[in-house]
Amino acid sequence: MTDYKAEREEQWRVDLRKSIPAKDRTNQPRVEMPMQDEIARRSNNLEVNLGLTEEMAVAESHRCLDCANPQCVLGCPVSVNIPKFIKKIESKDFLGAAAVIKETSTLPAVCGRVCPQEKQCESQCFYTQKLKKPAVAIGYLERFVADYERESGKMAVPECEKPNGIKVAAIGSGPASLAWAADMARKGYDVTVYEALHEIGGVLKYGIPEFRLPKKIVDAEISNLEKMGVKFVTNTIIGRTISLETLRERGFKAFFIAAGAGLPRFMNIPGENANGIFSSNEYLTRVNLMHAADPEYDTPVIKGKNVIVVGGGNTAMDSVRTAKRLGAERAMIVYRRSETEMPARLEEVHHAKQEGVEFLTLNNPIEYIANEKGQVQQAKIQKMELGEADASGRRSPVPVEGSEYLIDCDTVVVAVGVSPNPIITSAIEGLDVDPKRRTIIVNPENNQSNIADIFAGGDIVRGGATVILAMGDGRKAAAGADEWIKSQK
Amino acid sequence: MNKIVRKEFFSENVVQIEVEAPEIARTRKAGNFVIIRLDDKGERVPLTISAADIEKGTITLVVQRIGVSTWKLSQLNVGDYIHDIVGPLGHPTHIYNAGTVLACGGGVGVAPLLPIVQAFKEKGNRVVTILAARTKDLIILEDEIRKYSDEVIIMTDDGSYGKKGVVTVGMEEVIAREKVDLCVSIGPAIMMKFCALTTQKYNIPTVVSLNTIMVDGTGMCGACRVKVDGKTRFVCVDGPEFDAHKVDFNEMLTRMGGYKEQEKAAFEAYKKTL
Repeated sequence: MTDYKAEREEQWRVDLRKSIPAKDRTNQPRVEMPMQDEIARRSNNLEVNLGLTEEMAVAESHRCLDCANPQCVLGCPVSVNIPKFIKKIESKDFLGAAAVIKETSTLPAVCGRVCPQEKQCESQCFYTQKLKKPAVAIGYLERFVADYERESGKMAVPECEKPNGIKVAAIGSGPASLAWAADMARKGYDVTVYEALHEIGGVLKYGIPEFRLPKKIVDAEISNLEKMGVKFVTNTIIGRTISLETLRERGFKAFFIAAGAGLPRFMNIPGENANGIFSSNEYLTRVNLMHAADPEYDTPVIKGKNVIVVGGGNTAMDSVRTAKRLGAERAMIVYRRSETEMPARLEEVHHAKQEGVEFLTLNNPIEYIANEKGQVQQAKIQKMELGEADASGRRSPVPVEGSEYLIDCDTVVVAVGVSPNPIITSAIEGLDVDPKRRTIIVNPENNQSNIADIFAGGDIVRGGATVILAMGDGRKAAAGADEWIKSQK
Repeated sequence: MNKIVRKEFFSENVVQIEVEAPEIARTRKAGNFVIIRLDDKGERVPLTISAADIEKGTITLVVQRIGVSTWKLSQLNVGDYIHDIVGPLGHPTHIYNAGTVLACGGGVGVAPLLPIVQAFKEKGNRVVTILAARTKDLIILEDEIRKYSDEVIIMTDDGSYGKKGVVTVGMEEVIAREKVDLCVSIGPAIMMKFCALTTQKYNIPTVVSLNTIMVDGTGMCGACRVKVDGKTRFVCVDGPEFDAHKVDFNEMLTRMGGYKEQEKAAFEAYKKTL
């Protein structure tokens, strides 16, 4: 365990704290993220947030009070040593700051971009809690540090223990697996990552759009893992191409299943199978993984003029903003609860609004109407109102009788959630799976399943969560797998 | 990267390609399919497997070139590589001792039918196979099918080979003369629809293998969804085989045209480059 108190009393930290009066720190406004012009970016796929400059990052680091009892760390699912890395920025040791983050996080450039900081670290910040002021921009600073390190060409390859010759395999190559692979490689294991698709990265590649997470950032992380000796095998479905039993025969000693929540949910309402209605997975995969918007590539995508996206999560925001970039005249979010209950990151909602996305909250589709060719033409929408709080703690939406109306649309993207991919769980006999949610059941201490050599994490355990939680699972499962393998000797 | 080791045109637009895919050759079963991607800008295309050779580590695909990707594939030669092949996908065919199996293959649908015919025969069933096509040149894999069938009936629309007429004419003939316990039909969606209507009249259990639009083929995109018995199912992970009498063929036919305009425009543009 990190002794935050002792660290805080190190001379360099004490000196830094004394260098600027606390009042001057708290009077400074929160940094604004430089952004691409909100009109220009509607017709390109480049990243919206441009990143902080060195001067901006150092100035923002001054705001951090280096609290005696840093609550931000408790808000982070992987307990990044936040005050320490921010104070490294303040002392302009940016590579040192990167090293601090990497003690606990495998993918800082990714997490700095996609974590819901306002619900995690930043929600616990002294500024948020006590001063009622905007939190220290922890996410922006994390991203700055990771980008600085990568662009410096001095991206540190973590030191690995002497190879122990023990073969282990991860199934799926999303954030959970990448974190697991990194930790296992550090511990000296011979790690192979199997991926069903033709590209490594899972949801970071097929799901999250370029304008939010440039693919070169993911590739840099993957290439770092390769330098650590991790092997990646694409086009391979464990349970189909190769069975887990065959992998055991080939000498693999432990497995980490992180095959994700691949199966899109539909609402099962009339007309939902009309042409022009897609799952968000299909829509985003075509554009992100298959580059359908680029005429050089063979995969087609429907470029709708009136696009409805159903849902209020990050995937819905990604889909609706993609629709805008594909040339939609009207791009609409239809969400059955109110904006307060939206699970999407705050920043994505802001960005979507800036880009001209319409928000139809407390609205819910109940039927789609197609023309004689089977192409969707209209959505029948029912208005909703908020009732009592449900199991998720959010007020549940209740239909307003007689409130139905029609909206013209030629494209509908359904982004109402995903279920765990069924292929791997059904291929492993005896694996404990939640009968209802189809998620793999694991011991929360070490992410071990009921089959001793199988560990699991990410969305196939959680049923739909965040990159950072998946990564946290990967790290916990790596510690668990390492301990279990050693106990077998 | 998967190397092409054999290539043969069956007719002007139907080509058979044998390609290295050792892991898939080892684990595939009758009824499985693969997804291929020709090059790093290619689309993902689902294709059925007509044969596999475990020793050589190869699988065989039969493709009718009808669009950009299938044309590009037909232009590849022995020694060339297919960038990506993933599989085996979908559930394998349920092979059991049914009694008499009537197998119906239309056009290139005969290719995926071949391993199924073989498996039913080897299980001890009596297998009657109907091969149907528009014209003689489009009848494929006849010798291989004969090897595993007790009887083969050839039907062509124009009467240029075998009997004149569509597949259902042959089916009615067989059903009229003997008890059929199971029908397996693979071919164009419209053909499978009429096969289903025919066997439904006689309450003969019938299985069809659907080849809908797909992107990933692993349950992720839902492009392949089709209504079966009133419920939406995914062809890639729930199928590709379903009870023919429960498939909503009209919806399936509509959905298969979902990208028709884009496909046509892309193909026109591609043909100019040939």
